Amino acid sequence: MASHTEAHAEHEHATVATYGKIALILTIITIAEVSAYYIPAWETSSIYVPSMLTMSAFKFFLVVAYYMHLKYDHKLFKALFSGPLAIAALTLIGLLFLFSKLVIRLGLLT
Amino acid sequence: MTATTAPIAHGDGHAHGGGHHHTSLGLDNRKIAIWTFIGSECMLFASLISTYLIYKGRSPQGPYPHEAWTNPSTGEVMKPILDIPVTSASTFVLLMSSVAMVMALNAVQTKYEPKVTTWDKIKGSSKLWLGATALLGTIFLMFQAYEFTSFIHEGLTIRTNLFGSSFFTLTGFHGAHVTVGVIWLLTLLAIDFKRGLEPKDALLVDISALYWHFVDVVWIVIFPLIYLIK
Repeated sequence: MASHTEAHAEHEHATVATYGKIALILTIITIAEVSAYYIPAWETSSIYVPSMLTMSAFKFFLVVAYYMHLKYDHKLFKALFSGPLAIAALTLIGLLFLFSKLVIRLGLLT
Repeated sequence: MTATTAPIAHGDGHAHGGGHHHTSLGLDNRKIAIWTFIGSECMLFASLISTYLIYKGRSPQGPYPHEAWTNPSTGEVMKPILDIPVTSASTFVLLMSSVAMVMALNAVQTKYEPKVTTWDKIKGSSKLWLGATALLGTIFLMFQAYEFTSFIHEGLTIRTNLFGSSFFTLTGFHGAHVTVGVIWLLTLLAIDFKRGLEPKDALLVDISALYWHFVDVVWIVIFPLIYLIK
């Protein structure tokens, strides 16, 4: 019963106004991503890939936290998502180190 | 049934009344199931994205995603195959479908709240928002069908090279997920037209919304990795 009470304490939700603000932010970031592709100075710079990955990660976080309301949800749901997501991310990074050009770029293999 | 007498279902997995299946945590097991499923889907798409990235730039022959290619047998020069403006438009459509989906859930949850202004009535129409989400999902699929068809006409199929194999597998799996999502949304819309979705049905809408948003976040990752990063 205690956990049920705890669950009730997490009934806070985003409002329609918040959904609208998130939609605006997602649109602006998407425009920035596509614009960056067409700006040669940005597209050829060393910050291009990190900036694209950062913008993508931020959009991912916004949708998961607010639209999937994980920010307001029970910690079990957070664990059910973030656990496999961490495994997936580590698997992806591990495979890239093992098989892709990333290992060559970092000078670990010629 | 009024707001004060109806069983309260917040669509957050803490549904009360209505004889739903609760766990000892007070959480609905259907919501635990969808989050577990989404977790497994993370690993599926991570494997597909890994495969794409590992094979990226390793195709001995074109067409290539970002570079022009001269076909040695015909001498034909082929431009980079990806069409960024078209895919940017489809990305925006899918993002907006997520907005429509949260509005649909909100409309079901607040069905019995008073609707005073025109915006309140628009905001409170679950049929409108569910229909809009399904429509936007269908438009995204039409964009994908156009893209796949144009690639095949330009000589890129799933068997042409490593890029074609990994690209069609990854985006094809995503497109299949969007298709399932559209069918799911249409069934909810049919239920809404037949008997009306009530606040007690919010969890049903919430579960489909979680699936739909997941399909959206997968595309949020795929779009820059395939289309924008050379």
